Amino acid sequence: MILQVSDLSVSFGGVQVVDGLSFSVERGRTLGIVGESGSGKSVSSLAVMGLHRTASVSGSVLFDGEELVGAPAERLRRLRGNRMAMIFQDPLSSLHPFYTVGEQIAEAYRLHRRTSRREARARAVEMLAEVGIPSPRERAGEHPHRFSGGMRQRVMIAMALACEPDLLIADEPTTALDVTVQAQILELIKRIQAERGLAVIMITHDLGVVARVADDVLVMYGGRSVEESPVRPLFKLPRHPYTRGLLASIPGSGRDAEGDGDGGRLRAIPGQPPSPPAFPPGCRFHPRCPLATDVCTSERPLLLGEERRVACHLEGATR
Amino acid sequence: MILYTLRRLGAMALILLAICAITFSVFYLLPDDPALDACGKTCSPERLADVRHAMGLDQPVVAQFAAYVTGIFTGRTLGTTGLECAAPCLGYSWQYTTPVWDLLLDRLGASASLAAGAAALWLVAGVAMGVVAAVRKGTLLDRGIVLSALTMTSVPVYLIAALLIYFVILRSELLPYPDYQPLLEDPAAWAGALVLPWITLAALYAAMYIRLTRASMIETMAEPYIRTARAKGLPERTVVVKHGLRSTVTPILTIFGIDLGGLLAGAMITETMFGLPGLGKLTFDAIGKSDQPVVLGVTLLAAFFITFANLAVDLLYGVIDPRVRYT
Repeated sequence: MILQVSDLSVSFGGVQVVDGLSFSVERGRTLGIVGESGSGKSVSSLAVMGLHRTASVSGSVLFDGEELVGAPAERLRRLRGNRMAMIFQDPLSSLHPFYTVGEQIAEAYRLHRRTSRREARARAVEMLAEVGIPSPRERAGEHPHRFSGGMRQRVMIAMALACEPDLLIADEPTTALDVTVQAQILELIKRIQAERGLAVIMITHDLGVVARVADDVLVMYGGRSVEESPVRPLFKLPRHPYTRGLLASIPGSGRDAEGDGDGGRLRAIPGQPPSPPAFPPGCRFHPRCPLATDVCTSERPLLLGEERRVACHLEGATR
Repeated sequence: MILYTLRRLGAMALILLAICAITFSVFYLLPDDPALDACGKTCSPERLADVRHAMGLDQPVVAQFAAYVTGIFTGRTLGTTGLECAAPCLGYSWQYTTPVWDLLLDRLGASASLAAGAAALWLVAGVAMGVVAAVRKGTLLDRGIVLSALTMTSVPVYLIAALLIYFVILRSELLPYPDYQPLLEDPAAWAGALVLPWITLAALYAAMYIRLTRASMIETMAEPYIRTARAKGLPERTVVVKHGLRSTVTPILTIFGIDLGGLLAGAMITETMFGLPGLGKLTFDAIGKSDQPVVLGVTLLAAFFITFANLAVDLLYGVIDPRVRYT
């Protein structure tokens, strides 16, 4: 197990944004973390990387057996970009506009591997070739604005993987891209993962992306995990009403939150996702849940189950 | 790039011509009669007419202006006085009876020394403090820096200068009273006379650069590419300097070009307060004596420096920011 997170909580100035999150990823596997914006999915991943400078983080993050919560900042820095790497949603603003892509890829490699400028430069070209950028030697000397959106994300991937990390966290890596380019980027991540036995955390709001790349899925709502499952059973039979709602809002899925598909009508989940200072009591989804009962408004549902885990009071009551 | 530069140089010439015309008309409209000043108190109307004719002041204003502009390129003889004025001729100082151009050249050294030293000081101090304030945003240190910047911008230059002169020169006698000498002739006297003016000007300008750098750095440090730099595991110092400060160079350079250009033509109050024989002091004295050709000359020189600095800054953008292309 390369990454084991247990009971992770993150809060900013007393406001808890992530509440008791647990998950793990093995080498060669992909965990998809799904949720709407504000569900705490990005915050959790940034916390794993130690990139939250103002947050207070509690719980445990074991990376290859080493505890990262409370570890010295310098230790985390040495792991970042070296053994764990991250790519982001908007590849243009995530690349520095004033440095060539070759410089930006070589920078982390030179730092972590203590190589010469020339070696790092060669490594950058090699990585550009690996992520499928044509004429990498010439392209390495160009600045990010000369690349298309998909090519920029390839550059980000090349940068993240230059030091051969064990874990890649991809935070909405395809959200800003065209659909056809999205597929290419996902295929690229899958290919490199297969070649290197990389553990991947794919953070997304798009269940289509999850279906395409994930082995396991964690559904987040309001800073908590509401359902965890291997990918196939989840799509076959989503158990939490929120997961059903998410699936029903995919065009052509033919489902809705009550679980009795009515011939492919598109259903949106009513209401808005809650924001951290105003998380509702009990089950945080209850104000939007079509099946909510009294107990949902007051008691927090526990995450129960073995292979599949669901946090819903209706579990067992209806099945 | 070459075409762009040529176009900008053309525009610069037009701007300078316009400034020249405006300044020239302002002086023409002034009630002050330079011929009367030159002629003296007991001046008969006939004599006044002679003087006016000799100085070329009886010509139509357009003809005077044309003669002035042509003189800059070809040199000219002034009126019927027989005074030769070689190109670039900016006229004769009525006060000193020397060509304005020679006066400007003579005074440029002190002003340039003042501007360069002060600029180096405020750039280093201002940017460094701005970066520290931005990185430590919200802390006591940040507030202290912002507050002192605010104080420094609010205090008038002459007060800073007066306080420095009083405490450093008169009270504690740490420095002798400034006696400016050109750098190449007496470096010690040069530096000694410039230290306090440097500090005075730098304090004034640094405040602005602190605020500019701080604001710009806070914005930059929130950029996604800074998060990327941290995700790469770069040490925080590299993140701040190499990735953060690098992006802040553009706005700083923009202001710096204009400030330095303006200062090269003299810092009037500072030079006057410290008795530095620079262009600012020259201007101050010339205004007092209604020495219009000198004021006109300094104005043109200032305009030239500022427009030139602007052009230089715009061309530098292309070096600093790879996204900038000139068409």
